[in-house]
Amino acid sequence: MKISTFTYNFRQGLINIWRNKMFSLASIATMTACIFLFGTFYSLAVNFSSMVQSAEEGVAVTVFFNEGTTDDRIASIGAEIQNRPEVASVKFVSAEEAWESFKQDYFEGNEEAAASFEEDNPLANDANYEVYLEDVSMQETLVDYLEGIDGVREVKQSELAAEVLTDFNNLLTLVFIAIIVVLIAVAVFLISNTVTVGISVRKEEIAIMKLIGAKDTFVRAPFIVEGIAIGFIGSAIPLALLYFLYGRIVTYVSEKFAVLSSMMDFVPVDEVFQILIPVSLVLGVGIGFVGSRFTLKRHLKV
Amino acid sequence: MIKLEHVSKTYEAGVQAITDVNLHILPGEFVFIVGKSGSGKSTMIKLLQKELAPTHGKIMVNGRDIGNISRKNIPTYRRNIGVVFQNFRLLQDRNVYENVAFAMRVTEASKREIKKKVPQMLSLVGLAAKYRSLPRQLSGGEQQRVAIARALVNEPKILLADEPTGNLDNHNAWEIMRLLDEINQRGTTVVVVTHNMDIVKAMNKRVITIKKGVIVSDEEEPGDED
Repeated sequence: MKISTFTYNFRQGLINIWRNKMFSLASIATMTACIFLFGTFYSLAVNFSSMVQSAEEGVAVTVFFNEGTTDDRIASIGAEIQNRPEVASVKFVSAEEAWESFKQDYFEGNEEAAASFEEDNPLANDANYEVYLEDVSMQETLVDYLEGIDGVREVKQSELAAEVLTDFNNLLTLVFIAIIVVLIAVAVFLISNTVTVGISVRKEEIAIMKLIGAKDTFVRAPFIVEGIAIGFIGSAIPLALLYFLYGRIVTYVSEKFAVLSSMMDFVPVDEVFQILIPVSLVLGVGIGFVGSRFTLKRHLKV
Repeated sequence: MIKLEHVSKTYEAGVQAITDVNLHILPGEFVFIVGKSGSGKSTMIKLLQKELAPTHGKIMVNGRDIGNISRKNIPTYRRNIGVVFQNFRLLQDRNVYENVAFAMRVTEASKREIKKKVPQMLSLVGLAAKYRSLPRQLSGGEQQRVAIARALVNEPKILLADEPTGNLDNHNAWEIMRLLDEINQRGTTVVVVTHNMDIVKAMNKRVITIKKGVIVSDEEEPGDED
């Protein structure tokens, strides 16, 4: 296609949007609604996922050693654990640190009672490793492995927390995928319907073009420009709206629901939109392109 | 120039539109194809335009069997055949200039060529002064003249006109016929499908009469409708 033909068709596509104002508005509104819903669910999913992730990071397996295990052996056990692929980090807690932590948890306001144990640490044999996992679903495997290490007396785990988090994460992923698939299907259906109506109004115009010798690409080009432009506008509007609303909602929720904000950190707006902007634009432009390209096909057989 | 050999067309519903038509139109001829509604004359125009394919037979245009033209090459073929329709079929949202220029744009003609050629064609059909008007602002006769300018702007060797005066009053019908005659005098082969026997008789051209899809007469002088 010559550059002059390309610019002519490009201009015609934009002019068509204006000429068919009602059709263009209907398409943009449909696209805006779909992308807005998509963006809303995406933002929710990203925040839930981040919440689950931070909860997962707090899940640890505690490893205690046999009485009399040397410091060297404890260090080598630590190195061995650290090398496991499912392990994110390992923290050594000495007997003294364990006692300090215990005191804080159980003797708060009753320090005198605790002081009577100072000379004889009741947790003298409770030095341990706190092992944090990359993926909590791997907890079972890790525990089996840890229990088999020579010198390990006991392995404590929070089975319930790991299971609940893994199940919740899986459920969240499934729900999110299902919602996205349904939304995309609805968007494609609605937009192709709107495009069908728009094109059937202009089928006489298409037939005339074909009868005077226009090639399919020439007839199609302005419609595709139109579809892409509508897709672009229809995804840019909800993105701008969501960008504005996200910050407002995060501030509102943090202020009004202090409990929630203490439980989780909201994902920063830039981090959410780093993915949301390109995905939404590709979706909008892609649906606009596919909608006009394929709906036009059957009208080109003149 | 145009040759139909044993051409038949049966529509999907089983309606036999034309049956075993044999026809030869020479370069530079002016030919009327006449017949009642449903006699098959419009089907012939559609076959020549390759809007329809014959069920049987062979159609040769400019020495080429158009049955062998692939779908991809149909646009190129159509650019060499000007077509005028009864209901004008203009692009309603574009002005006179753009309607005529459009036929050149589809051939990817340069802007310079378009700027040179379109005013020439509009002058030929007597509409140079109305180049900015939209189709709805023109009379039927004027709209048909725009359609003729559009059909001729790519200088086709053949002009097909399907009931070009069907929607026009007597005065405008004669204006259009005079224009088509003038175009024919310049060397373009003109095929006009019509049922207006007054015009046919007065023009004194070759007349092919079709009845129920069969050619019943082919004569140099105007004949009766039936």
